[in-house]
Amino acid sequence: MSNVGRRIGRLEDRRLLRGLGHFVDDVERPGQLWMRVLRSPLAHARILDVRADAARSLSGVEAVLTGEDLAHVRPIPVRTRSEHRLDDFLQPVLATGRVRYVGEPVAVALAEDAYLAEDAAELIEVEYEELPVTLDARGAIESDAPQLREEVGNKAATLSMGFGDVEEAFQNAAHVVEVEVKIGRHSAVPLETRGLVAEYDRGSDHLTIWGSTKVPHFNRRVLSQMLDMPLSRISMKKSDAGGGFGVRGEFYPEDFLVPYLARKTGRPVKWTEDRQENLVATNHSREQRHRLQAAFDEGHRLLGLRAEVRQDNGAYIRTHGVIVPDLTLAMMPGPYRIPAYEGTAHVALTNKTPCGTYRAPGRYESTFSREHLLDVAAAELGVDRIDLRRINLLSSSEMPHERGLSTLSTDVVLDAGDYEGLLDKALASSGFEDWQKEARELRARGRLVGTGIGYFLEKSGLGPYEEATVEVDPTGSVRVLTGGASLGQGIETVMAQIAADQLCVPPEAIEVVHTDTDLLPDGVGSWASRSTVVGGSAMMLAAKATAEKALRVAADMLEASVGDLRLESSRVAVVGSPDRSLSLGEIAAACDPQSSARRGEAPGLSARRTFSVDHMTYPYGVHLAQVEVDPGTGG
Amino acid sequence: MKDTHTIEITVNGRVHEIEVESRRTLADVLRHDLAYTGTHLGCEHGICGACTVMLDGLPARSCLLFGVQADGCEVETVEGLESDGQLNPLQEAFSAHHGLQCGFCTPGFLMLATAFLREVSNPTDEEIREAMSSNLCRCTGYQGIIDAVRAAAGRNGAAAVEEMAAPEGSRSGVGSVSPLRDAGGHGQ
Repeated sequence: MSNVGRRIGRLEDRRLLRGLGHFVDDVERPGQLWMRVLRSPLAHARILDVRADAARSLSGVEAVLTGEDLAHVRPIPVRTRSEHRLDDFLQPVLATGRVRYVGEPVAVALAEDAYLAEDAAELIEVEYEELPVTLDARGAIESDAPQLREEVGNKAATLSMGFGDVEEAFQNAAHVVEVEVKIGRHSAVPLETRGLVAEYDRGSDHLTIWGSTKVPHFNRRVLSQMLDMPLSRISMKKSDAGGGFGVRGEFYPEDFLVPYLARKTGRPVKWTEDRQENLVATNHSREQRHRLQAAFDEGHRLLGLRAEVRQDNGAYIRTHGVIVPDLTLAMMPGPYRIPAYEGTAHVALTNKTPCGTYRAPGRYESTFSREHLLDVAAAELGVDRIDLRRINLLSSSEMPHERGLSTLSTDVVLDAGDYEGLLDKALASSGFEDWQKEARELRARGRLVGTGIGYFLEKSGLGPYEEATVEVDPTGSVRVLTGGASLGQGIETVMAQIAADQLCVPPEAIEVVHTDTDLLPDGVGSWASRSTVVGGSAMMLAAKATAEKALRVAADMLEASVGDLRLESSRVAVVGSPDRSLSLGEIAAACDPQSSARRGEAPGLSARRTFSVDHMTYPYGVHLAQVEVDPGTGG
Repeated sequence: MKDTHTIEITVNGRVHEIEVESRRTLADVLRHDLAYTGTHLGCEHGICGACTVMLDGLPARSCLLFGVQADGCEVETVEGLESDGQLNPLQEAFSAHHGLQCGFCTPGFLMLATAFLREVSNPTDEEIREAMSSNLCRCTGYQGIIDAVRAAAGRNGAAAVEEMAAPEGSRSGVGSVSPLRDAGGHGQ
């Protein structure tokens, strides 16, 4: 029976339910020091002086570093490819000269325990000269706004994309509908805060790091450049993760500071973010203002769409570059037939926590404002909001549909979909008409009840590639390695399911390793809804290649032809002669280097494979809601 | 000069005598001094409940207690729930009903539910929601947790044994029930 598609017990559950997970703060190393970050209490200020003598002289304090000590370190680079020049806006690992948001790291203290490190940080005296603040994306790029950087201004980038003749569309429009929408500032708040442990072996000049996730291989490359250390001398090790949601695992200042200090002091260094820090230091997201204009013909068909987006990106450009406004523009047309589109996004810097991605970046924002636009249009045009959507949804006969724009270095081609069919199913299975009727009746009785509909287009399965290795050892034990990482999403279970089907072994018997750069030196990571699609495909290829090799080697050992062999229940047997069979372990034992050389095979019963893809897929969905507002509480 | 005290603390039936700083939280004593790392810290100010342990039989936020306050006390942590590697019915129910995903909040929910089910052996849905609303989870959306506690209660009590036989979320599905009617009094 296939394991893929079947409900199986999660591999992670047994350890997590017994308190036997390994989260980063569970890692304790002998001689370990604790790091505490002193953060700016002001949104915008000049740093006039930092005095750390009192902190340094506290018993049990190993070191205190300020921005001046690390002024030679280059700022944190952007992870996602971008045509925009963003170098002037990147975040330093510690502030020098000026702080630009509440929570910006100003200094770090290292001490024998977490309590002492916090004491030491409190003893660091920073003299600030407060500066006027910029708090709004629209105001930020006006000439009289307080400047976060005098030389380059507050505008980091302007993005534009589109297709078709928008001017003509609006000239020919029978109706034009316009809305302005504000999307608030959100953040992810995983239940486990960030953390990192780094250990430096001075004898072998080797760094080992626990707590990296999402993109451990990328972060290793950044660290290698920033520390000027060879990649092979930095090892990332796996740990459990208490939720990611987009914010965990990016390269933050602490991802440099902890390994740097471990190397500088020669002692293991641990940092665990507290919740107060988490709320001001970890990426925020979302905050945008949208102005949308839609042109409709007499039949209420969309002729064109204009979108102007203002992104409040906070004080710096972090690892995501300008990917959130880019995705916002690219996904704005959603599932609808739009002949002409023009999108522009202004990325402004303000005195707030810098922004990155948070669940469905760009899709959340664009779906909210586009669907609101359609509701407003339906009201203004005097047409049912569901009918308006229905006549503008792309039909399945128009698939695949080329959007004529690109994002994340891929062209947007809507691969497949039956958008109207899904709408029909959702309306029917929910009984939405009854919800609407009930809402009308309740409103007539004075209750504040309404219904809502939102149609979204998602994106998934971003490449460019993922790596996987499958290994069977001579005891028959299967270990699989993935270039994906754990964010607490259950990646071990899904990888085991995929490998189990190819190798005919129980999934619960498979050891799944992720985030181990020694065992698997390359990988793209777990983000952009990609691990199951792209990483899972790599796993399937590697497991299939391993199973094929098992059959080839078994054929040699059993003096049978591959075509007469079958892999079943962890054994390769000759069809019709069940007594002539070998376990996967016995086959693996026969894959020693000498025997393998004789057979013309690489040593070991294993395979490493890459799955590459140059396009994304576009899932879609409908949300229906019936909501009541309590006039007393607003809840 | 550190202000330290020698305390005796019993964790899952095992007695520990240790010297702790007076300001050190019970959570840090359990995690970093005694290596019971199953107890997790999510907020360190009593909101999320990930650090919930049982102190003399009652659920308590170990981030809001000092270690010295547990001197002479019996503490139960998540590590004490299994016996000989076997999950207890509550742990099994959490797995069967997808009451966990990343697993970080899970030890706190397990200890909270353990205390709750000792007190209320056959709870109503309303009572389960009320009790479980003490803690925060960011992955599951809570429904799996509620289902797991209900199933475990059914297994312990007499009333709802059949529910254990249908672990695949038989209550799910939009059906034709409006969300207003479906939402309980404590929808999260």
